[in-house]
Amino acid sequence: MLRIDIEACIGCGVCEDTCTFGAIKVEDGHAVVGDGCTLCGSCVDVCEVDALVIEREESVFKTKIDEWAGVWVYAEYRHGRIAPVAIELLGVGRKLADQRQAPLSAVLIGSKLDGQGEELVAYGADKVYVVDDPALASFTDDSYGNVLTDLAQEHKPEIILAGATAIGRSFIPRVATSLAAGLTADCTNLEIREEDGALLQTRPAFGGNIMATIVCPHTRPQMATVRPLVMKPLVRDDARRGEIVLVTPEPSRLVSRVKVLESVIEDLDQVNLTEADIVVAGGRGLENEKGFAMIKELADVLGGAVAASRAAVDSGWVPYPHQVGQTGKTVAPKIYIACGISGAIQHLVGMQSADTIIAINRDADAPIFDVATYGIVGDVFEVVPKLIEKFKQRTNR
Amino acid sequence: MKIIVCVKQVPDAKDVRLDPKTNTLAREGVQSIMNPYDRHALEEAVRIKEQFGGTVTVLSMGPPQAEATLRDAVACGADDAVLVSDRAFAGSDTWATTYTLSQAIKNIGGADLILCGKQAIDGDTAQVGPGLAERMGIPFVAYVRKVNDCAGGSIKAERLMDDGYDAVEVALPALFTVVKEINEPRVPSLKGKMRAKKLEINTLNAVDIEADLDQLGLKGSPTQVVRVFSPELRGERSMLNGSADEQVAQLFDKLEPLL
Repeated sequence: MLRIDIEACIGCGVCEDTCTFGAIKVEDGHAVVGDGCTLCGSCVDVCEVDALVIEREESVFKTKIDEWAGVWVYAEYRHGRIAPVAIELLGVGRKLADQRQAPLSAVLIGSKLDGQGEELVAYGADKVYVVDDPALASFTDDSYGNVLTDLAQEHKPEIILAGATAIGRSFIPRVATSLAAGLTADCTNLEIREEDGALLQTRPAFGGNIMATIVCPHTRPQMATVRPLVMKPLVRDDARRGEIVLVTPEPSRLVSRVKVLESVIEDLDQVNLTEADIVVAGGRGLENEKGFAMIKELADVLGGAVAASRAAVDSGWVPYPHQVGQTGKTVAPKIYIACGISGAIQHLVGMQSADTIIAINRDADAPIFDVATYGIVGDVFEVVPKLIEKFKQRTNR
Repeated sequence: MKIIVCVKQVPDAKDVRLDPKTNTLAREGVQSIMNPYDRHALEEAVRIKEQFGGTVTVLSMGPPQAEATLRDAVACGADDAVLVSDRAFAGSDTWATTYTLSQAIKNIGGADLILCGKQAIDGDTAQVGPGLAERMGIPFVAYVRKVNDCAGGSIKAERLMDDGYDAVEVALPALFTVVKEINEPRVPSLKGKMRAKKLEINTLNAVDIEADLDQLGLKGSPTQVVRVFSPELRGERSMLNGSADEQVAQLFDKLEPLL
């Protein structure tokens, strides 16, 4: 709880001004905490006389953390392929495992997985647990959750990483809950803290407006989902050797209360968006659906994928799967062309890892220019057609 | 059918910034709103009730002022409202939150269907829905974009996936999180607003929900925030100059070698 040292408190009111929740007030010359306090710690940071302190009671978690060792990556597999984020996680997982002087293992769950384990070894895994069963052909939270929970309970890894994909963000929280483990969502950076070997997990919050670093000091495994396209994969090395462990779960653990009746791949464009080398994106500045058609044309000419800011999606010019940003997809193409996008932080967090960013916008003060490799201040309706023309001539040459 | 919708009061995220000098959240004047995704969950619950019958209860865990969000929900069609509020909950991460919510739901008699938004716009974790399902021991479907059929003790629905969608069938009781594509939430009716104003909100504390105090709040949270800071943006900002034609020509020359 928040403890106020009324001897030290000078009643300056800085804490009152800082508190978002209106939970702290100066009364009778010193601060008084009210019911709205969420223990966010803002007031503690601003107090100049150190009169405020958040008291953490002794941990109630009884995990013997020394018994847990090794780094695990959940290797997502769907519709016949390993998700690219799994390969990226083996990259960062290798680094973390080496720092902890522990093995890196992958867990592969699905059906008809022949040869896929070797693939994960080539990208950095020392060991791959393969759980291959027809009952696991479709993803369900029950069956995948049971399998991963059981494996983790048996082998006690110190860290479990998974992609922050639809599948990862759906079932990993169930696994964490049943393991009584801390879980950090949608991380963009992972490091080992030197003094105690804890995993420092950094993630955006408040729509990307702030970053927070999180640790789980008393529980194991330390679990994190990681945003796709943030971590760098290792170079594939077929000479790398690893152990493939075939796992046969109890049949009862493969039963799911959710039946998948049909699994449909929709709109190949959206599937390709996160893997495209060139992405052309449009925003509010395109004014209407007709304006947005220019984006599709430019993308076609360049052989790229179409993306959109939230404003364009909310206006109904393009469906949600094309949305890039905090609540949409993250992309990291070679070239990202932002047309008529002002560049709210929520959009920037989804595309700022692109190699080259081009911004075209009427407003010279638009924040999109802060991340642009090349910026053009101008009318999208003038500039974009000229660009289309120019690249068309090139294609025809 | 008894439906519970979990709603969270959140600061309007687009207004939240970190003060670069003090490194604290500058949320002055930031409005508190109902988490936008929860509004879609509420709307879906009300639609299911209208079509198949039943009751809709909104449940929120938060400080006393979260009552405003519950009244908003009642104005939009919820039948009754429960606020779980206690100083002991302060500092809860998603693990402690799902414990608290599950205790509250057991205390109010459970539900056939629990609906939540896919995530809250302040924390963006998307962990409370699935974690709560696990605590309740019921099946879970994430990212529901359509509820097709809801008769005979099971529900058919579609869940959004990264590469398309899955059509699923699940036996009740179950918990879904919904995406905003699922519906267009209604605006509160005048009658609804009147009802919301008068409705007595059932307020429960840690003792009421028979919670194990060790599992609540900061103490019951495996995760701890150790640092909060502003995101770093790449600062390149190289602007092209000249007429539109000249700028396009320069850009073409820069891009062509990259293609």
